[in-house]
Amino acid sequence: MINYLWLVPALPLAGAAINAIFSRKMPRWLVSVLGVGSVGLSFLVALAEFFTVLGAGAQGVFNVSIYSWIPVGNFKIDVAFLLDPLSALMLLGVTGVGFLIHVYSTGYMAEDESYGRFFTYLNLFVFSMLILVLGSNYLLMYVGWALVGLCSYLLISFWFTRPAAAAAGKKAFITTRIGDFGFGLGVILIFVTFGSLNFADVFARAPQMFQLGAPIITTITLLLFAGAVGKSAQLPLYVWLPDAMEGPTPVSALIHAATMVTAGVYMVARSHVLFSLAPFSSEVVAVIGAVTALFAATIALTQMDLKRVLAYSTISQLGYMFLGVGVAAYGAGIFHLMTHAFFKALLFLAAGSVMHAMNGVIDMRQLGGLRSKMRWTYITFFAAALAISGFPLFSGFFSKDEILAQAFESGHIILWAIGLLTAGLTAFYIFRAFFLTFHTQARWTEDEGRKTESRHSPSSVVGHPSFHPHESPASMTVPLAILAVLAVVAGFVGMPSVMGPNFLEGFFAPVFGEAAAAIPAGTEWMLIGASVAVGLIGIGVAYWFYIASPEIPVNLAAQFKGIYTLLWNKYYVDEFYSAVFVEPGRRLAMFLWQVIDVQVIDGFANGLGRAMASFSGALRGWQTGYARAYALLMLVGTVIVIGWLMLR
Amino acid sequence: MLTVNHFILLSAILFCLGAVGVLIRRNPLVMFMSIELMLNAANLAFVAFSRYLNNLDGQIFVFLILTVAAAEVAVGLAIIVAMFRARENVDVDEVNELKG
Repeated sequence: MINYLWLVPALPLAGAAINAIFSRKMPRWLVSVLGVGSVGLSFLVALAEFFTVLGAGAQGVFNVSIYSWIPVGNFKIDVAFLLDPLSALMLLGVTGVGFLIHVYSTGYMAEDESYGRFFTYLNLFVFSMLILVLGSNYLLMYVGWALVGLCSYLLISFWFTRPAAAAAGKKAFITTRIGDFGFGLGVILIFVTFGSLNFADVFARAPQMFQLGAPIITTITLLLFAGAVGKSAQLPLYVWLPDAMEGPTPVSALIHAATMVTAGVYMVARSHVLFSLAPFSSEVVAVIGAVTALFAATIALTQMDLKRVLAYSTISQLGYMFLGVGVAAYGAGIFHLMTHAFFKALLFLAAGSVMHAMNGVIDMRQLGGLRSKMRWTYITFFAAALAISGFPLFSGFFSKDEILAQAFESGHIILWAIGLLTAGLTAFYIFRAFFLTFHTQARWTEDEGRKTESRHSPSSVVGHPSFHPHESPASMTVPLAILAVLAVVAGFVGMPSVMGPNFLEGFFAPVFGEAAAAIPAGTEWMLIGASVAVGLIGIGVAYWFYIASPEIPVNLAAQFKGIYTLLWNKYYVDEFYSAVFVEPGRRLAMFLWQVIDVQVIDGFANGLGRAMASFSGALRGWQTGYARAYALLMLVGTVIVIGWLMLR
Repeated sequence: MLTVNHFILLSAILFCLGAVGVLIRRNPLVMFMSIELMLNAANLAFVAFSRYLNNLDGQIFVFLILTVAAAEVAVGLAIIVAMFRARENVDVDEVNELKG
């Protein structure tokens, strides 16, 4: 089966290519078949590869070279794929969740005029992500890394006629490029240091060449992590992700929840050999992760835009993953990545379903009471909310608990406390969103006469809107249901030792080595109890605030007006960046344009032109246009030349 | 007794006639005839020197010049015909579009 590994990225690429060229001429059903089918087939191949790896057990690491890309002397880069438990699981996540989101998109985007373009970008994105995951050297990973950035730009500004979407796309691209620059430098430094970019070579040489904490390794890992900070939306480069909600909702689910933003986590886990040699870098990763988790969760508390709540929630959950990989719990980080892919994709898709029903309205102040109108969306959103809150036996419970337990066990008590607090906030804000959307009084009126047409670009309806909300078509609810099942049960592959076997730990053994010693049962139960309690408190407070006595949050907001305003305005980070980076940059550009370019450079060029013109103006008097004048000049010239030759 | 000097003198006179003709006439046909005159003045000088130096190179050159002259006349006459068709007159002083 390993010989067919190339099909996994090749199929979506083929789908993207065909749709890019022919989609204008093809009927919609054919575009859908190509777009969805290519990813579906890719998923089936990935599933087969996964079982190959699973069957091979400890030998489950395969290197498949497709062709030699850059052979220059000693410098040799192959387009080669690395299939091991880590990449196999990522393959399943990318193609599996990607496939469900593709199916969902056929319903969600059905009315859009750029249907073919949308599927082209989606397929291209899946291809890019697969290259990133499968590449067996840092250069190929960087190619995928850059490609997902490009696709992200294309998809965020998919409705490019809306200025907000175009601006959000640019913001995402530029912000992540800042991180990518660090990543690129890190890759170059790896090559200079190790003379190779292959994972196998680098990871084999690193422990032999360097001591623990060697400065060069610390530098490399910090540079690599800079890329992860940009791509995975951590402090201080997270600002692009909330704005990325301008894109269509399936895009938010696919890119900004399930796959692309997890690239940073994957990269750190993939480079775990290097990070293990650099304790300082790992510490930085863990601290940034934990702080981001808390920071984003506090912003999510007050936001009113449902998708923005989910966006900040994504940033927060990514912080958890970095906390995990930062405390060397690589398996736990990837485990949370996987469960998060399920429940966050589900949350986004459910939010998209709400938008679909409510004519593009996503502001929770205009939602409410949708429980009875949209059964499937309601149930699946509820399942995902429980999962992300860490409700016992739901997937998020196991993965989040494992990260927190590992953080605690590795001695990072403060980071553990931050994580625990964030868990409570997470449960609160997600159930706040849940209650405000599906429970409470409807803040819109039923409009029987008008069939709500489906429009998804966020629209702001002033006042008290009226709608006729309806459940979404099966192409949207079926993926929701499948994701809901996964979000509920996916956690059982990685149970804590006190509750059952941890299948995932053994599965990852070929990559991350044997699992650390089990945490003592008493501590384990204590940690589980703490996180469950915090999660339940969060849910309870949300119920108390928004169902039982809705006047409390209003009073609180009035009482702590300063803090509320600060959170509502997202700590003014955007304003701060705008004042410190964007505005000076704009001024510099204006200066370069209006002074340097227009006056100095253009002035020089125009001055040169004018000088030439006046000079040639003097000369052109010679061009009389009379043939005989030319003939006379020729004659005179000839006479002079000959006379000079004779008299010399 | 004719010496080479006579031939060269004749050649020079013919060349000057041709040159003056090109400079002062405005009819392109006559200008062409004047150019031919200058070419043949050169031919005469070539032949005279060839004879004087006992070297056939000069005479071969004359054939070359005759060929070129024939080709040039063909092109030139074509230009004149085209010019006449386009402008209904063939005064070279009227053709001064390239004036600076």
